[in-house]
Amino acid sequence: MDQTRNQPSAGKFLSWFIPVGRQVGGWAFALNRLTAIGLTVYLFLHLFILGKLAQGPGAYDQFLELTENPLIKLGEWAVVVAVLLHGLNGIRIVLTSFGVGVTRQRQLFFGFMIVALLLILMFTVRMY
Amino acid sequence: MTESWKITLRMFRQKENQDSHFDDFQMDVKPDEYVLDAVERAWAFHDRTICFRHACHHSTCGACGMRVNGVEKLTCITLIRDVTHHGATLKVEPLRNFPVVSDLAVDMGSFYRKMEAVGARAVLPVTEAEIENPPSKWDADDSQYIRLSDCLECGLCMSACPIMATTPEYLGPAPLAAAQDQGLKRKPELLSIVDCEDGVWRCHSAFECTAVCPSFVDPARRIMNLRTQVVDMRLRKLFGKA
Repeated sequence: MDQTRNQPSAGKFLSWFIPVGRQVGGWAFALNRLTAIGLTVYLFLHLFILGKLAQGPGAYDQFLELTENPLIKLGEWAVVVAVLLHGLNGIRIVLTSFGVGVTRQRQLFFGFMIVALLLILMFTVRMY
Repeated sequence: MTESWKITLRMFRQKENQDSHFDDFQMDVKPDEYVLDAVERAWAFHDRTICFRHACHHSTCGACGMRVNGVEKLTCITLIRDVTHHGATLKVEPLRNFPVVSDLAVDMGSFYRKMEAVGARAVLPVTEAEIENPPSKWDADDSQYIRLSDCLECGLCMSACPIMATTPEYLGPAPLAAAQDQGLKRKPELLSIVDCEDGVWRCHSAFECTAVCPSFVDPARRIMNLRTQVVDMRLRKLFGKA
């Protein structure tokens, strides 16, 4: 019988993102990974854009004009959203890792996410 | 009159050299029966080839762990009322992260080997147990009393842990909790087992282990505490105080 189906393997990382059968801590785990992937992609894009400076001010200014594009603006908004969610969720993980609020990690998660949503709302209002 | 529900028990099936599928069993159940009762009824009255593990029926042996509607449960203490409703489907699947032997039975050998590697205790002195309302001071005589360890070795935490799904070498929640239970000061030889790539630092705080544990072992809290013990011991070694 093919017993590999139900066994652990590195290729099963997609299961991290399936919310079915997961609970609050699992959703927080998935959220942290999703935002981390997004921020890593952004880091490379950011370095690529900074690389434009090496081609002279003209090339960089040309890119800056792009930032008025609604799609790019949405992307920038998404970066701030990811930073807030990842950062605040990360503080929860640091706290629990040092034994602070381990038995209250659900409440910590909801608390930090409420703070994140408020900050996202404030940023959205200012941006648009 | 005793309440009766009609439910569909949707069961994962897989036999040797066959593809997996789900079988549906229509049955009448009482909502205050347990999920294991429904599985046993399917075996007794519908299909005698159903394979599943069970023994004590009162959450001591830890044999009947399964996924019920996607969530790890000890089926002998999971009320049908709590996981489905009249006219609905109740889905049972084997635990994740263990090879399927047949239907709902999985091979938990790798898990037991890890428990053995950390010297998990089946019984412990009552003076070392985490109990409700412990006395402020134990009498010398009390150390003669022993009790069963909280961990049933049911493997629910190993199934629910997302890191276990991708890293078979990871020690996992129950073995790490068993190491914490003994304490690194008492058993310093555990340090090299837990303070490594696939030890206590591999946990990524999903807390799924604690969420599904039927015996209040709280493996996540114990893992965090074990990290503190590891750091403490490493610092002591660094400054020559170990």
